[in-house]
Formats: sequence, C-alpha cells, structure tokens
Amino acid sequence: MGRKLLLEHINVPGINTFEVYRQKGGYRAVEKVLRAMSPEDVVEEVKKSGLRGRGGAGFPTGMKWSFLAKPEGKPRYLVCNGDESEPGTFKDRYLMTHIPHALIEGMIVSSFALGANTSYIYVRGEMMPQIRILEKAIAEAKNAGFLGKNILGSGFDLELYVQPGGGAYICGEETALIESLEGKRGNPRIKPPFPAISGLYNCPTVVNNVESIAATVPIINDGGEEYAKIGLGRSTGTKLISASGNLNKPGVYEIELGVSVEEFLYSEEYCGGIANGKRLKAVVAGGSSVPILPANLILKTVNNEPRLMTYESLADGGFASGTMLGSGGFIAYDEDQCIVRNTWNFSRFYHHESCGQCSPCREGTGWMEKVLHRLEYGHGKLSDIDLLVDVSKKIEGNTICPLGDAAAWPVASAIRHFRDEFEWHVTNPQEAVSRNYGLAHYADPLPKLENVAAS
Amino acid sequence: MLKISDTEEVIFSPELISKFNEIVARYPEGKQKSALLPVLHLVQAEYGWVSTPAMNKVADYLDIKPIEVYEVATFYTMFFLEPKGKYVLEVCRTGPCSIVGADKMMKYIEQKLGVKEGEVTEDGLFSWRGVECLAACGMAPVLQIGPDYTYYENLNEAKVDELIDSLRLKTVEKPQIN
Ligand SMILES: Cc1cc2nc3c(=O)[nH]c(=O)nc-3n(C[C@H](O)[C@H](O)[C@H](O)COP(=O)(O)O)c2cc1C
Ligand code: SF4
Ligand code: FES
Repeated sequence: MGRKLLLEHINVPGINTFEVYRQKGGYRAVEKVLRAMSPEDVVEEVKKSGLRGRGGAGFPTGMKWSFLAKPEGKPRYLVCNGDESEPGTFKDRYLMTHIPHALIEGMIVSSFALGANTSYIYVRGEMMPQIRILEKAIAEAKNAGFLGKNILGSGFDLELYVQPGGGAYICGEETALIESLEGKRGNPRIKPPFPAISGLYNCPTVVNNVESIAATVPIINDGGEEYAKIGLGRSTGTKLISASGNLNKPGVYEIELGVSVEEFLYSEEYCGGIANGKRLKAVVAGGSSVPILPANLILKTVNNEPRLMTYESLADGGFASGTMLGSGGFIAYDEDQCIVRNTWNFSRFYHHESCGQCSPCREGTGWMEKVLHRLEYGHGKLSDIDLLVDVSKKIEGNTICPLGDAAAWPVASAIRHFRDEFEWHVTNPQEAVSRNYGLAHYADPLPKLENVAAS
Repeated sequence: MLKISDTEEVIFSPELISKFNEIVARYPEGKQKSALLPVLHLVQAEYGWVSTPAMNKVADYLDIKPIEVYEVATFYTMFFLEPKGKYVLEVCRTGPCSIVGADKMMKYIEQKLGVKEGEVTEDGLFSWRGVECLAACGMAPVLQIGPDYTYYENLNEAKVDELIDSLRLKTVEKPQIN
C-alpha cells in the first residue's frame, strides 16, 4: 500500500466536520506555522519538499511563491484554483467534498507564507454543493479561532471567501480566473506582467491548485525533506489521480509518484483492470489536453522500459511517443472506443470553451471540430487528415494562453498514433458509422515498437 | 443571443438584497464588481433565469454599466438568458462520460421528456441540455440540476425515470409555507 498524505482519513465518518478533522490531527500545521515559523521558513519548507503544482503545469510551488512581489503598502493575494474543468479531472471536487478542512488548513498555511490577509477559493459555479460545503467548513474554522483576526494570538489575520465561477473552462487559466474574480469575462491576460507582480486588483497574487494547497499541510507537519523522500527523482510526494473511462474501478486514487502505469491500471489496489473483460486500446494520462497514447506506448516507453506515473516518465519520448502527467486525469479507452469520435468530442469541447480572443484558437478549434465531425460521420477525405495536422500546427504556440495548445495536441497525437483509424473512416465510410475500428495493433500484447517509433 | 423583449419589471426582495450586501463585503472598497457572478447566481436561483430588467437592476445595485453585466451574463454558460423549465437537466457530454453512455442518456432523456435540447416541456417543468465535463468523470454518466446543482451520478435509464418522476411529484405537493 502506498502512503496516503491527503486521503489518509478520507473514510473516517464525519471527517468533513471540523471536530473530527481536528481529532485526527487537523490544524496542527496552522499551529506549527503560527507559533514556531516565519513566512520565509514556510516557503523554504515547501521548496525543500519539491512539490510541483498539481493544476497541470507542474511548476515548483515553492519557487512560484518566492517570485511574489512584496511592494510596500499593497495587499498580496492568494487565490485557490478550484475551477477543475479539464475533462477527465475530478480530484479537487473529491477533496473539497469529502475533506474540505484539508483545503481550508492549507489555505491558512499558504496565506501566512505569502503574507495574504484576504484569500479567495475560486470554485467553478457548477460545484454549488462543494461551495456550500466549503462555506460551512470556513464558518467552523472561524468559530474555532483558526480564521479571522489575530489567529491563535499570533497577530496574523486572515479572511477566506469562496467565489463561484459561471461555467467556463477557460477560467481555470490563472489570468482568466483573476479576470473572472474581478467580475469580468474570463479572457486570459497577456503576460507579462505575471500575477506574481500584478494579479488580482493589480496586486501581487499567487494562484495555486486545490491539491497543491492541501499538500502544504503534510509538508509542514512532516517537514519538506520527509515529503521529498516519497516519489521518484523530481516527482516528489503523492498525487491524486482521477481515473475514468472503461475501468473496473474508476475513482480518485492517491498514489506515490513512481508507481508503474501497469500497476495503476491493473492492480486491485487501484483501477482493477479494464471493465467488462475488454482490452485496453488507449489512455489519456493527464486530462484531455495532453497527447493520447496507444496502449503499448502508455505501458512501456519506446525503449521498452516500464512507463511510470511521474512527470518525467510520462513525458519520456517527448511528443513523438510520450505524453504528460498534467492534472492527473487518467482516461482509459477499451477496444470498442472510436479514436476519431473521441478526438472530435474533445475538439468540440475546445471550440466551445475558446474565449475567442485569438483568431488561431477561435477559428482553428472550430475548423478542427468541423473536419473531425465529417470524418467521424463518413464524409471525410484523405486530405482532411493532413489538413487537421496543418491546422493544429498553426494554432500551437500562436495564442495568448495555452488553451490553443491544449486543443491542438489531442488532435495531433491522435493522428500521429492512430492514423490508420482515421484513414479507415475515409475508406470505409459506411462501416465507420456503424461499428468501431477496434484494436488494430495498438494494444497489448505489445506490438512491434519499432513501427511506432518511426512515425 | 441577448433577448431584450422581456420587459417585466424586477424588484429585488429585501432578503435578496441583504444576501447581495453580504457578498459585496468580501471584496476591497471599490471592487464591488467582483460580486457580479455570485449575484447573478442568486438572481437566477430566485427567478429561474436572468432577464434584461434583472440585469439592469444588478447594474444599478453594483453601480456598474448595464453592458458590463450583459457581457458577463452572455459569456458564462450557466446563466439562462431566456426562461427554461423549472428543472433543467444538465447532462455531461464530454469524452469520459461519452464513452460510458452519456450519448445514450441524452437520447433517453430527450425521448422521455419529448422535447429537444434547450426547449421547455408543455407543463413548464423540464428542459435539458448537454454540458461540458462536470468534474465527476469517474462517476459517469452524470447530470446535475439547478438551482442547487445537485449531482446525479452513475446514471442509467431507471435512475433517470426515478428522478424525473420524483421531480414531477414534488410539484403537485402543497407548497410549503414558512
Ligand atoms: C485552459 C487552461 C485551463 C486550466 N484549468 C485549470 C484548472 O481547472 N485548475 C487548475 O488548478 N489549474 C488550471 N490551469 C492551470 C492554471 O493556469 C495554473 O497554472 C494553476 O492553477 C497553477 O496552480 P499550481 O501551480 O498549483 O498547479 C489551466 C490552464 C489552462 C491554460
Ligand atoms: S488561446 Fe484561445 S482561449 Fe486562450 S486567449 Fe486565445 S482565444 Fe482565448
Ligand atoms: S466528462 Fe463527464 S464529468 Fe467529466
């Protein structure tokens, strides 16, 4: 059994209440930082832990914190990113639902480290139930003296508020989130200036994912060095993985970074294998924005080494044969799933969610959606496949925010690894609408890897 | 598209205004525009949708221009700019849900309610629509219903039947007075 730092007490009845959370050792980290540490000590501990942002980009949290500008006379803000809209990702919702005080405690610790006296938790509007849960938890914490003025007699003040979004994936992007929190449309800002210099209300701001903030609690309790002992190399600590798709046991799992993909997929401790006795065809390992990989390449790298659940191992092979850990949204596809249909579905998503500021993203996502739709429904041409690659290349790197890349990569990678399935949709249009292409050579038992490496 | 034909005047109740006041107090002096999204959610929960007169009143209340409210209300998908059924079933249609039966669920709901996506049933009770990933992909297929946005997970036809029947029943119960 891997170590659990965030979900250790998840099955304790009443852990969503202050009382039980406190009995289980909750709010010790707040006591520790307020009584025995300076803000700089806290930042140093988080740096030592090697914690990397759990929102998707994997940027070291301690380093991000140390970039925060501290001009005289200006407030600084911590904003928690609870927008969680990346398809395949549902770990933050799980954490907020079942153990909300872990986030509240992390917010107090992190706000202290950053010198923020007002902090916001931005939660997507669809999660109204979670917003109510968090508001109740905040009231409980305040009642117990862990929020408000002069917390535990330390002189540190903190007010914590929950802000609902309105239904827009783009508000997960940190500058769009800030715009949204200011009561505007969620249009990402052009950077620089970065939020660390000019964020919410033009004040220095840190935006961190729910899981990153919750992870500061075990880091403070056990020390950054202890945290860094878990995991592998630069992938330290534990990570929440949202497992969905055609699995026997979909759900949220806390893993020690470094378990193998094979163990995660097939062991009884985790996903328990593919549902209905089917075989695995493909996996999207880090939320819909990362490249999709066929079964053979998600289980082993092109060098025939077992693929591990770490930032580095999943990225091994670059975009030619690797992918990314991203937000940890692990979607498994069985042999009956259609890659073209799934690619079209994701393209529709990105087109729908584009904020429309940049023409490559606004127009390109719409174009890709349309072309994929006609391929899926048997009206495509062979030249459409290269057209899609061309459009995806023209979007990639040419936009204000990374949504453009996020829309381009799933299309480019699906064609890179499953081109014959796209071609089959063109050459067998009748069949393409009535049945799926199936496994071809993408799945276990492992095919010849040379073929994949060459493409 | 913004519908501007609706003209019925909107007067916010004192209870609603006091909820607005509570929200505005969360932000620094002069940053009351930050309250716009939470306030629009409260308006929609109260009236079932966000009409132009309601938006104008919100602009008055927050001391911003009406266009600033329209801009926001049209950008975010959760705000209804025209009347909908009392219960709007919002079914996730994105990849992970789609591969485990969301498409079938939407067809089933369409057939059961007898209205197309976005339309309202004759009795005014129901609408449905497909929405994007609701962050419940491991419990797919999934839908949610406002104004409290309760999630209904691991859907199947029997559960949809039960849900719709129970919502129908609720409406024939005597209204609660308190
Ligand atoms: C289109 C887009 C959507 C994003 N959605 C989310 C999200 O839902 N949650 C999140 O934490 N980060 C999301 N991010 C990443 C944030 O911009 C930001 O990097 C993150 O919140 C930083 O937190 P971390 O350092 O703790 O990971 C998104 C980024 C992009 C470009
Ligand atoms: S890349 Fe797309 S979502 Fe991002 S700012 Fe440009 S148009 Fe908006
Ligand atoms: S894809 Fe349906 S909840 Fe995520």
